[in-house]
Amino acid sequence: MSLPSTFTRRGMLGLTAGLSLAALAGCGAREGSTATAGDPRPGGRLRAAFAGGGAKETLDPHLANLFVEAARSKALYDKLADLGDDAAPVPRLAERWEASPDLRTWRVTLRQAVFHDGKPVRPADVLASYARILDPKGSFRAKASLALIDLPNSRAVDDRTVEFALTRPFAEFPNALAAFSAYIIPESTTDFSRPVGSGPFTFASFTPGRSTLLARNGDYWEGAPHLDELEFVLAGEESARVSALLGGQIEYAHDLSPVSARGHEGRMSVVRAPNSGMQAFAMKVDRAPFDNRDLREAMFLLTDRQQLVDAALAGAGQIGNDLYGKGFQYYAEDIPQRTRDLDRARFLIRKAGAEGLSVALRTSTAATGFVEAATVFAEQAREVGLDIKVATGDKDTYWADTLDNGSLSSFRSGAMPIESHISGRLLTGSTTNTTKWKRPEFDAAYNQTVSTADPAERTRRYGDLQRALHAEGGYLFWGQADWIVGTAQRVGGVRPAPANTLDWARFDRVWLG
Amino acid sequence: MRGYLARRCLLGIGQVLALAVLVFLLVEALPGDAAVTIAGDDPDPGRIERLRVEMGLDRPLGERFADWLGSLLTGDLGASAISGRPVTDVIGAGLGVTVLLAGVTLTLLVPLSLGVGVLAARRPGSRLDRVLTTVFVGLHAVPEFALAVPLVLVFGLGLMWLPPTAVGADPLLDPLVLVLPVVVLLARPVCSVARLVRAEMVRAQDSEYVRHAVRLGLSPRRVRWGHALPNAVAPAATQLARTVDWLLGGVVVVEAVFVLPGLGTALVDSVAARDLPVVQGLTLVFGATTVAVNLAADVVAFRLAPRAGVAV
Repeated sequence: MSLPSTFTRRGMLGLTAGLSLAALAGCGAREGSTATAGDPRPGGRLRAAFAGGGAKETLDPHLANLFVEAARSKALYDKLADLGDDAAPVPRLAERWEASPDLRTWRVTLRQAVFHDGKPVRPADVLASYARILDPKGSFRAKASLALIDLPNSRAVDDRTVEFALTRPFAEFPNALAAFSAYIIPESTTDFSRPVGSGPFTFASFTPGRSTLLARNGDYWEGAPHLDELEFVLAGEESARVSALLGGQIEYAHDLSPVSARGHEGRMSVVRAPNSGMQAFAMKVDRAPFDNRDLREAMFLLTDRQQLVDAALAGAGQIGNDLYGKGFQYYAEDIPQRTRDLDRARFLIRKAGAEGLSVALRTSTAATGFVEAATVFAEQAREVGLDIKVATGDKDTYWADTLDNGSLSSFRSGAMPIESHISGRLLTGSTTNTTKWKRPEFDAAYNQTVSTADPAERTRRYGDLQRALHAEGGYLFWGQADWIVGTAQRVGGVRPAPANTLDWARFDRVWLG
Repeated sequence: MRGYLARRCLLGIGQVLALAVLVFLLVEALPGDAAVTIAGDDPDPGRIERLRVEMGLDRPLGERFADWLGSLLTGDLGASAISGRPVTDVIGAGLGVTVLLAGVTLTLLVPLSLGVGVLAARRPGSRLDRVLTTVFVGLHAVPEFALAVPLVLVFGLGLMWLPPTAVGADPLLDPLVLVLPVVVLLARPVCSVARLVRAEMVRAQDSEYVRHAVRLGLSPRRVRWGHALPNAVAPAATQLARTVDWLLGGVVVVEAVFVLPGLGTALVDSVAARDLPVVQGLTLVFGATTVAVNLAADVVAFRLAPRAGVAV
């Protein structure tokens, strides 16, 4: 068969032009709808879409790993404490806590709260929940945070008081009570197919990979939610979450890209939570080439932070000062902002004998903007004669891969107390010490800090720890990305809180106008 | 014929098993394992090791495959390494959506491609023929995801005639969510089959027997549908069988784009999670389907044109 004579380039162009025109027409339609949330109003079902794990989802709150699982656990269960916007612990099921002078014994008074089956939340439930997480054979995520509890010597004092014995003095014990997935479940729970918690919503139904339906808990200790029903649905692709929100199929879309948020701002409400995603490059300080302190400082000085924020975060964020946790409790605000100084960077590179150095920067699509940031950073390094080669690896195994391999990698972290960041990543025995920062004197200074009872003195000591990291650490924290949530315009009460803090995904405070 | 069928079935089973071995090895060759993907951005080596022991991933490769094969012979596909759900449950949950999607697509594909192909062949070189042929070639060149984006923009978000995604919906209860996915899935196969039908129809209409039928005074409609088409359809039937294989790939893309909780989505999720038992179970389903469809196509072709060397 020969092609008909009119099958020409023009025909093809006409076809594609038609398609793009149609697409453009679609974009312009229905601009400027004006529904707003107004005052809090009871009733309705809110559908919230999260990136999904499909069939691997679990209702066991201690196994929670994905954002959707964390949000669902928060709706069904409570922790003793949770983190505020500044990552400082806020009492939840615990009404208050009190430490002994040596910081080794902590008394926690429980709030008067009931589980969904009507039974009260008792010290026995708290101890049983922690015992489950701490089971030596288990592998629950909160285990590391709670590991300093001396469980056999911890006890129920009365109906509402738990006394925790610790294996060492620890001023930040409330951080452990707020640890990710350290939820309180009723004693002797083994089956999570119909979860019973003390949270603001009760369980209704669950189809793995598709949807979870929850209902209002009228007896919630902090007041009943506005919504009658809350449905969690899954949409792995960010573009699908945006389409579903714009098409009215959902009212809440978690984790949007800055580009979508800006593009659709008129048709949805955009909630941006600052200080949420700490963006960094991690240099391993135990091996060449970044075992050289001068070269690390040169890396800090060659970085154009604003350009990285503009290019990799599409402007949705703030520049960083090579330290974790800007805006959080204990953050060393007094350390001056580092700025770009190419002359000094060149001098330090020469001093380190690293002129023309070629090094691989490991990255992947494990987090939004990683590859973009790596590419921009490589360009910036070229200006001082460093040859950074961007190596994009597998996203599913990226974190385990970059923990021990290579010498330079993309890094990001969600919100957690600065103490948790240090204990988890910057001590000799830390389990996820990506920068291989292992300094006995730093470990000692940390131990002294967390055994200091006086808050002012402790704050000063946190400042010293951060000064050491700022001067010669392995993390180059160049920016803080906003956490972006999109909602329908009639949704009210969504607070801009960093992911995994108390007010993030607080669906009990949300209403449909 | 019976011997031929039996041999082909045995060969098919062998092919599916070989596929299972290959996929097992390929997933093993991917960096990391299920324990690493569970740990995610908190890759505590001690925890990863405990997870490995819990999931039995610390055992040697051969032993794990032998175990899997042993249970398979008793009809047990095992359980997901991540959630512990039986693999049959995972397959069962996604099967309905995927079968529905593929079924509707195939049901529409046959009459649509035949109709359009015959229409284009009615007067070769006419304006209608040229427009249709341009569309066939143009549309055939557009990959599924690239077609999905403008369709969602126009019909889902612009005109708001159709749901833009299937997020949170049950396609069995809310079939409207299937319209855009089916259109996207149909676009390319319709073009390829219709183009073939058109070409064969043009050739048939030029043939001596059709001219004879016209000379006999049969109505043009009867000549076209009753005499030309049956001869033109044979090559299209083989193409149709190939389309089914190819739909399986398209289904994976379309399910991801429109968020349909079918087998394609399950496959993507389980590969990302290195959830080997689920990947293996889905491989069996996809592999067995491909083998069965091709066997059916060969049997049909054999019935149409028995070959001495094959049929014993």
